[in-house]
Amino acid sequence: MDNLLSIVTFLPLLAAIVLVVFLRGDDAAAQLNAKRVALVATLATFVISIAIYTQFDPNDTGFQLVEEYEWFGGLNYKLGVDGISVLFVLLTTFLMPVVIGACWSVSERVKEYMILFLVLETLMIAVFCSLDLIMFYVVFEAGLIPMFLIVGIWGGQNRIYAAFKFFLYTLFGSVLMLVAMLAMWWDAGTTDIPTLLEHTFASETFSVAGITVVGGMQTLLFLAFFASFAVKMPMWPVHTWLPDAHVQAPTAGSVVLAAILLKMGGYGFIRFSLPMFPVAADLMATFVMTLSVIAIIYTSLVAMMQEDMKKLIAYSSVAHMGFVTMGIFTLNQQGLDGAIFQMISHGFISGALFLGVGVIYDRMHTRDIDAYGGLVVRMPAFALVFMLFTMANVGLPGTSGFVGEFLTLTAAFQANTWIAFGATSGVILSAAYALWLYRRVVFGDLIKESLKTITDMDRRERLMMAPLVIMTLLLGIYPALVLDLIGPSVANLVEHVQTATPETVKAAVSTASH
Amino acid sequence: MISSDLNIVLPEVILAVFSMAALMFAVYTKKDDTAPVVTWATAGVMIALGLWIAFSPMANRTAFNGAFVDDGFARFAKVLMLWASAIMLLLSQDYLRRNDMFKFEYPILIALATVGMMMMVSAGDLMALYMGLELQSLALYVIAAFRRDSLKSTEAGLKYFVLGALSSGMLLYGASFVYGYTGTTNFEGIASTIQDGKMELGMIFGLVFLCVGMAFKISAAPFHMWTPDVYEGSPTPVTAFFATAPKVAAGGLFARVMFDAFDGAQADWTQIVAFLSLVSMFLGAVAAIGQTNIKRLMAYSSIAHMGFALMGLAAGTEEGVKALLIYLAIYVVMNIGTFAFILNMEKDGRAVTDIRSLGQYSKREPGKAAALTVLLFSLAGIPPMVGFIGKLFVLRASVGADMAWLAVAGVIASVIGAFYYLRIIYYIYFGDDVEGLDGRMPSLHYVALMGAAAIMLFGIINPFGLEGYAAIAAESLLK
Repeated sequence: MDNLLSIVTFLPLLAAIVLVVFLRGDDAAAQLNAKRVALVATLATFVISIAIYTQFDPNDTGFQLVEEYEWFGGLNYKLGVDGISVLFVLLTTFLMPVVIGACWSVSERVKEYMILFLVLETLMIAVFCSLDLIMFYVVFEAGLIPMFLIVGIWGGQNRIYAAFKFFLYTLFGSVLMLVAMLAMWWDAGTTDIPTLLEHTFASETFSVAGITVVGGMQTLLFLAFFASFAVKMPMWPVHTWLPDAHVQAPTAGSVVLAAILLKMGGYGFIRFSLPMFPVAADLMATFVMTLSVIAIIYTSLVAMMQEDMKKLIAYSSVAHMGFVTMGIFTLNQQGLDGAIFQMISHGFISGALFLGVGVIYDRMHTRDIDAYGGLVVRMPAFALVFMLFTMANVGLPGTSGFVGEFLTLTAAFQANTWIAFGATSGVILSAAYALWLYRRVVFGDLIKESLKTITDMDRRERLMMAPLVIMTLLLGIYPALVLDLIGPSVANLVEHVQTATPETVKAAVSTASH
Repeated sequence: MISSDLNIVLPEVILAVFSMAALMFAVYTKKDDTAPVVTWATAGVMIALGLWIAFSPMANRTAFNGAFVDDGFARFAKVLMLWASAIMLLLSQDYLRRNDMFKFEYPILIALATVGMMMMVSAGDLMALYMGLELQSLALYVIAAFRRDSLKSTEAGLKYFVLGALSSGMLLYGASFVYGYTGTTNFEGIASTIQDGKMELGMIFGLVFLCVGMAFKISAAPFHMWTPDVYEGSPTPVTAFFATAPKVAAGGLFARVMFDAFDGAQADWTQIVAFLSLVSMFLGAVAAIGQTNIKRLMAYSSIAHMGFALMGLAAGTEEGVKALLIYLAIYVVMNIGTFAFILNMEKDGRAVTDIRSLGQYSKREPGKAAALTVLLFSLAGIPPMVGFIGKLFVLRASVGADMAWLAVAGVIASVIGAFYYLRIIYYIYFGDDVEGLDGRMPSLHYVALMGAAAIMLFGIINPFGLEGYAAIAAESLLK
């Protein structure tokens, strides 16, 4: 099959078109049909994406399964995966059936809901596969539209504010990236990502209006991309849209947001910022790592004081993304391995945590931590699953959360001891807020009247959780599953960055700072 | 000699003769019944002329000693204007009939305005320029006040007339400077004078005044003041017409004058155009935020969009002209779709312009609501809608011409502007259910709305070869 990636990318879209064209009516039967079509489509996408995994050769560091067609205006429709992006494609296709499962309790405008998630899946897969700069931008931005509508239509009380903030914040970050992309297009004469990875952008320091730009064009391009990915990630201090969007989004929306959409930022750093602007990345590394550590410590502290479960998990997501950015900008093999691993693992863990909150929210219609307590009495299965993911969130050895944190911290220690020192204290704080959350919700006496009739997870909910439990434990015990896949590509990337930052630049920096 | 000249201006002649014949026909028959016939006939002639121009072999010809230019650039703009005018004319019938304004003068005035617009984009001489511009403007002044017994409509007509006359005056003043310093009104003559290095201070004065006059016509800030009032006060079909073909004409004329006459003074006029572009983008984006009247909102939207279109012109390159044409073409299609919807915003038989009346529209009319949403995202320039492609090309031209600062300002303005399009979507999908609209939609409007939305959605796959045509047109202008 030559068009494997295209099939995987557009299968969900095809299902969405089927829903638009053929599904009529809004009664219970039509709703169920919409959900079934979406579930079957996402499962089929996942099954086909396994073929990508089997055909992929991890020892080949180039792009594989490449498809290329002419688009318009000198642009190309080009898809392909390397060791880094193949994982994110699999993560997306793996999680989407779970997400559709989480939509099962929705009963309002179900058809539109399913259509939006299917469209979103196509766009997310396309983000990780596209090998054309402008095509990447198109699908990267287009993802805002379904997410805006998902939060705005099916969200909670304050959904309008959250939807607008999400949309405008991320749009603002991205448009600067667009200008940078156009500058790259003029400079390199192509938008082909593999070619751009080999292209060297000017890094000679220049002065403009009395301001010295160390690292020259690369620094400017890097900052424009940074604006986009830092917002998407999100990094402190531009993370404020995330808690709002998470809290207001419906459960399935939160899962997609935390598990997949945030990873686009990290993926962008690894795909564009490091290999294309190595000099600037080297210059900015300490700055980004500092922001990351601030994010880890600050958002962990903020998370501790939250009254709303979703908000707490949202802040913990920001903290965990701090480990990712820190890992990426250590610019060594362990750090990048750890960062990618952390993103994959966080996809499962945060997804599961939001699903867990969704489970009890569906029953009690509140996210206030105070409204719960003693759930273990009535919901033993939920307590067990939630404990696993709480522990994974803390980074307990044996879960996938440990591997990512450990690798990034080791790498940070090599790069900068103080950074590692700060980040490690974040691990302790994460244990504090996560365990405290668990204690307040699950343990204690079951004294609240309203909770006395609460039921445990039903079959659908167990089925949704099961794959996430398996993956979290599997990756915790056997991380080589991921690391072997990304290893050669990451090694290639690290080597590229190292060779592209010549000593002359470092010398130029030191003279400029004098 | 004269016959070959006439041969070149034949499309314009046909349309002008047709308008007069239609006028005679309508005056000498029973008046009220003739409006539909004249409307369909006018639209038919325009579409046929558009096809003729589109499919006649490429040529670079001039007539009347260079006063009239027929090249790829003019043809691209003419086809676009003819078709846009025809579609807008057909879409306006229903509204005019419902509001008792369906008179035969309407299609004839539109036809005359279109003749004027065709003259504008083909102008090779300051005299031809002024002739086309005034023919177009006079027809537009009249149709702005077409609802004679409405205070707002007559006010709109008068405002448009007074301010339009002022801008024409400035344009003439500039033209007189240019004529005075070059001794010719012919664009080629002006260009060769500048080539000889005689770009004196008086010429710059003339250039600035010409730019001001044209900026007024294209409604670029800070010469935009008439736009919101005229858009709001005119009958909706007239507003819809204003937002389409005349914008193409003004944009085309602007490019025509700058490149044909002032190519040698590029360093001077790119500054002016860049300033107009910058101010328009921000003013259009910021001022629209507070609007609840959809017609006023579309007025500010058009100001912002013209700012973007001018960004292409400001680049001063072939790439830039191409981007300008692509942008205008996409903008026209978006507006056709959007106004097909606005024309049918009604409650209990009365036209509604408040965007709050769209509250939860998606629940009652999911198909139309989705189409409108696609168009609004496209107007905001969010990919994958085709509106983004227009922005992509102008931004690319701007970055390529070392005007990255303008591109950065433009994208920031587009984020601010995205807010008010999102606000309409907010009413459609998230707002309170107000049952604000009950109008049904004639099939013609339905087709226009859905067709435009489909183009916006699927155009990203391949924008219908638009880029190729625009490239040919841009090349012919810069030759």
